[in-house]
Amino acid sequence: MSVKKFVVGCFDDEKVLFPAVTKVRKAGYKLQDVYTPFPVHGLDKAMGLRDTSLHTAGFIFGLIGTTTAVTFMSWVFTKDWPVNIGGKPHFALPAWIPITFELTVLCAAVGMVLTFCYICQLAPFIKKHHFHPRATDDLFVMVIECTSKTNEHELKNFLDAAGAIESNIQVVEDGWWIGRYDRDQQLYKEPIVA
Amino acid sequence: MIKQHFEASAGYRKWTLGLLAVGGLILVLGFIFLGLSKDEHSQTRFWAVLLQNSTYFLLVVNASMFFICVTCLALGGWQMAFRRVPEAISTLVPVFSGIALVIFLYLIFGPNHHIYHWTDKGHIEHDSILKGKSGFLNPWFFLIWSIVAMGMWSWAGAKMRQLSSEADERPMENDEAKNFHRRNTVWAAIFTVAFGLTVGSTIPWFWLMSIDAHWYSTMYSWYTFASTFVSGMALIALFVVYLKNRDYLEWVNQEHLQDLGKFMFAFTIFWTYLWYSQFMLIWYANIPEETIYFKVRMHGPYRAIFFLNLILNFVLPFLLLMTRGSKRNYTVMTFLAILIVFGHWLDFYQMVMPGALGEHYSLGWFEFGILALYAGLIMHFVGKALAKKPLVSVNHPLLKESIIHHA
Repeated sequence: MSVKKFVVGCFDDEKVLFPAVTKVRKAGYKLQDVYTPFPVHGLDKAMGLRDTSLHTAGFIFGLIGTTTAVTFMSWVFTKDWPVNIGGKPHFALPAWIPITFELTVLCAAVGMVLTFCYICQLAPFIKKHHFHPRATDDLFVMVIECTSKTNEHELKNFLDAAGAIESNIQVVEDGWWIGRYDRDQQLYKEPIVA
Repeated sequence: MIKQHFEASAGYRKWTLGLLAVGGLILVLGFIFLGLSKDEHSQTRFWAVLLQNSTYFLLVVNASMFFICVTCLALGGWQMAFRRVPEAISTLVPVFSGIALVIFLYLIFGPNHHIYHWTDKGHIEHDSILKGKSGFLNPWFFLIWSIVAMGMWSWAGAKMRQLSSEADERPMENDEAKNFHRRNTVWAAIFTVAFGLTVGSTIPWFWLMSIDAHWYSTMYSWYTFASTFVSGMALIALFVVYLKNRDYLEWVNQEHLQDLGKFMFAFTIFWTYLWYSQFMLIWYANIPEETIYFKVRMHGPYRAIFFLNLILNFVLPFLLLMTRGSKRNYTVMTFLAILIVFGHWLDFYQMVMPGALGEHYSLGWFEFGILALYAGLIMHFVGKALAKKPLVSVNHPLLKESIIHHA
């Protein structure tokens, strides 16, 4: 885990966010991520993200499932324990297709979920820094990583000029660690009085 | 300024005329050499090919209107940018219905009983199974129900197209648009119910399953529907790609193409699922009166077509349409659309021929000639229908949703 410096800008409107993303990329700043409360269509393109490879992984998991099912069943029913079932041939491919299909879907689905969790570093008791608590509520939070050449105050002003309603500089750990949310980060500075 | 009016290019007209000329010539030659032949198998071949093509293409063009109606009922807006294309294809329903009706009239009242065995009164007398089915499977019920079905498709389809033209006149006020949407929903619902009662159940029993009159399958109608719906989507995609190549349909882009591709991909799998469900139960139960249907197809003279059917209609579209990139690629989509339309034509071929001709089948000049004739008819009538109306209904309340569509 390493401590890095980030400049965080918060936007409350998609119409401001999109040109701001373009401006930040044009100026050559290193965009770490944009955290949004909901999926925003076209944002991945504006940020210049490449297409995900998750579906390729899914295809490979599916193939693994198909192969496992077919090889296991053909070994069981033709080599290990051949049984006469209703006079059917031992290598009864049509009868195996439902199971092959199920195992393909199971492997593809579970494999993709686990891969997704691995890519996103999601797991029970894994803690990552939240740049802004309202990123899951109603704000689009743009995070820019500072390199050795970045002047963070200049960048902060740049974001303000691009339409950020709030911006700050954070020096935080960028990886994950084991912990719990309530101990490490207070969501609200003042306790909410009912 | 967007190009709103389709004009058939010289190349388009040349191809249409060429296909019609070749197809027409082969129809005449087929009539002389096969239809009027003394050989019963040649006669049956003539009518069986006409039956295969007329039912297949009628159900395919009808699938276009079904697509419009279900997207309307599901409150879909993404198809608005190219909705006039399926509309134009669906104008063929009355035309193809007429052609099919002529063929049915000959087949159920004519002297040839090789295709529909149940029309032979002398045979039914000592066939207890067909006798038991005769309450449903008799010429008059067949004819009346076919006419009712074709009438309902044509009538509700015409109503949907007429409603769509209203959106060409002027921009709608808020209340007007709501009223417009409500009427669209009502007519789409009427069409969908009529479609379910016909294509979803009875019509494939009559037209195709009754060729093997002793045999039955409860999956058959859905299987036929899946076959024609996926080809219908492929046909829409073909015309959309063609118009796009000719600089029409400015608002259609890869996002719409990808969604058409998703439909082709999904219903390819749906077709396979139904095909397999029908096959597996019969294979597993292994009851002679049921397996007879697959015996002639799998182990008889149709073995090659049987497996080619699975490769063309499942393996290739499944693997080639899987990635996002291929669904957004105009060339790949065109190739697969042609493949799917041809593949399901072959699927209908193996549905019709074994029961009608058995081992005396052939797949030659006449079969492909009639296919060319139907291709020419589709190009001719769809081109005409596209030229009649603006290509986009610019005042449709849901058009904007289609323009900003993101797959």
